[in-house]
Amino acid sequence: MEQSQSDSSQPRSESSLSRSESSLSRRDALAALSALGMSATAGCGARAPQGGSDDEGGKENKRRMEVESTVQTYVAVAEVVYPTTLSGIETFVRSFIAARLDREERGTAMRDAVTELQTVADEWYDSSFESLAPETRDSLLRELGVDEADEDPDGTVSARVRFYVVNELLLALYSSPTGGELVGIENPQGHPGGTDTYQRGPSR
Amino acid sequence: MSRRRQPSENVDVCVVGAGPAGALVAARLAEQGYKVVVLDAGPRFNPEDRLKRQERALRPAYDRPAVWDGDPKRDAHTASGEWFYPLNHARVKGIGGSTLHWQGMVMRLHQDDFASASERGAGVDWPIEYEDLQPYYAEAEQELGVAGGMDNPYAPPREGPFPMAPFEPSYSDSLFAEACAELGIDMHSVPNARNSEPYDGRSECVAYGTCQPVCPSGAKYDATVHIERAESHGATVIDRAPVQRLDHGSESVEAAVYVTPEGERHRQKAEMFVVACGGVETPRLLLLSESEQYPNGLANSSGLVGKYFMDHLFAGTGGVLDEPTRQNHVGFLTSGSHQFYDDADEDVGPFKLEFFNYAGPSPVELALSGDDWGDDLLGRLGEEYGNHVAVGGLVEQLPREDSYIGLDREQTDSHGNPVPDVHWNVGERALQTIERANEVQERILRELGAEITWQAGPDSTGPAYHHMGTTRMGTNPAESVVDPTLQTHDLANCWLVGSSVFPTGGAMNPTLTIAALAVRAADSLAEAL
Repeated sequence: MEQSQSDSSQPRSESSLSRSESSLSRRDALAALSALGMSATAGCGARAPQGGSDDEGGKENKRRMEVESTVQTYVAVAEVVYPTTLSGIETFVRSFIAARLDREERGTAMRDAVTELQTVADEWYDSSFESLAPETRDSLLRELGVDEADEDPDGTVSARVRFYVVNELLLALYSSPTGGELVGIENPQGHPGGTDTYQRGPSR
Repeated sequence: MSRRRQPSENVDVCVVGAGPAGALVAARLAEQGYKVVVLDAGPRFNPEDRLKRQERALRPAYDRPAVWDGDPKRDAHTASGEWFYPLNHARVKGIGGSTLHWQGMVMRLHQDDFASASERGAGVDWPIEYEDLQPYYAEAEQELGVAGGMDNPYAPPREGPFPMAPFEPSYSDSLFAEACAELGIDMHSVPNARNSEPYDGRSECVAYGTCQPVCPSGAKYDATVHIERAESHGATVIDRAPVQRLDHGSESVEAAVYVTPEGERHRQKAEMFVVACGGVETPRLLLLSESEQYPNGLANSSGLVGKYFMDHLFAGTGGVLDEPTRQNHVGFLTSGSHQFYDDADEDVGPFKLEFFNYAGPSPVELALSGDDWGDDLLGRLGEEYGNHVAVGGLVEQLPREDSYIGLDREQTDSHGNPVPDVHWNVGERALQTIERANEVQERILRELGAEITWQAGPDSTGPAYHHMGTTRMGTNPAESVVDPTLQTHDLANCWLVGSSVFPTGGAMNPTLTIAALAVRAADSLAEAL
């Protein structure tokens, strides 16, 4: 995960909304879980490997390694599709993506989409996706047509990566308080932030 | 599973349709000890799935019908009128019906709405007056749980406060208030079937912001509330049991014939039958129940079953300010104006104004549908979100015989039945009313200093998804389908409950009136049993 610290790079000068750094918190992770229909206790089975040996549970360990690889790819994509002013991306993504991957049908489709993305990285760049520089990850996604694809769970690989990977991450971010605050809405759609915020004026 | 969809014996009332009208009738009668069976064409949705449905509502891969598992074959239809009608965007089939995706606005009709011909010189008079329905409006507000204020000087007389306090005005309401004060336009609160505090065992609103089409918290009323109440008092509710026809003799309905997912065909007998399938499927079921005795369809000796299909039309004007307007925190309205409603006459109908709290795009929806990500996406969100304003409104459409629900015998649904044909024609008065509403909306936005960027006017309006008028209520059997108690003129044990009985539609969202009429019909049914 050598690229995992790239989430706190320089803000873009042309966007006044992104001039100050924002940090994703546990509250955001819980919000994402809620917006995505998951509970905070779900997803234990998809957490990173805790050790063990092939002798003791090789099959389970292999599965966990695969899950960890998938999670790392999600983190690597998030570092590309999230604003550069955000920090705490890896912790945030790990907090909700595990639960999402645990679901029977949808989780399988998510893992399949990531596998396809990893395969493309391997074939085109002879590298794992997460080992690529952020600019290269960005260009790979664009070369694959993910930026222009309409999300579609049953569509082309571009449409499926858009649905299961990129938009999965964007939905989680922009339905969280910190993601909403980036554009001036602390209670974005999908977040049950209570009936106070709509009454408030803008913060000056 | 199959066993659970068997018909019951010795049933007092069979209700067809588990939306708000059918659910309220079922609950009221079950509470009084009557044996009730409810049949619905759609499924029983798992409340645990609501967050998943919310995700569908937010993601561009899913259209509106997909949020509540719309089935294009089951719900096939045509639209042959001058105006296209997107029927499956306008309804939900299942336990709870279209209240599962509704906005939750619950205003009473005005007194003149019940006397449109007499007071406005257009349309027809209802066979009942506001005062006849007023106590039932009060009961309906208690049943649904309505949060509202007493600050509307244009509302019809009330007997007391709403069950819950109103939602506080929004920040953008305060911007509109200054402009409206300058123009002499009164703003007031909007009654919501949405909990401003815990009510009836349901949560207060927690502002998920996706009210239409799904409320994950349950703070917004939907008819599963009354289905559950009916079941708690012994009613049997059978989902995925579309009624194919009503078997009948010359003077009464004998059985509702329904099919199950397993393909079994059953007959549910009962002493009384209540058809509560909305303004499209209620007339369709009557037309599908044609027989030698009734070759034009059941309860149709007037020839008016399906006729006078009406909807409300949307009039809206929107724009942008050079300051933040704080939109899309919630998905409901907090302020409106009924000031112009009772100016209605022969040429211009009633209309109401709504001050939007969700003008312009929502950031999360924008984020999922662009060609960008990262800082570019954030920049776009900053440019496109934040300073929108809009004033919407609903406009009355008059009943017209050439606007109707018919059967399209060229197409069949998944059970081989002719599909409904929504033949929707609107009429000049409604279009003139939209122009009038647009004028007022423009004045408000210009006073506010907004740059106007869009308008839903006579050429770009659309339906509000309120299906009304297709089995109208009246005293003359030659000119109406049901009597003022909602019993059909033709068949003593057949009752039609819902917006299909409205002789005119006014310009208020119909569900509170549907609920009031349902409560009233339940009383009449209990007397008849």
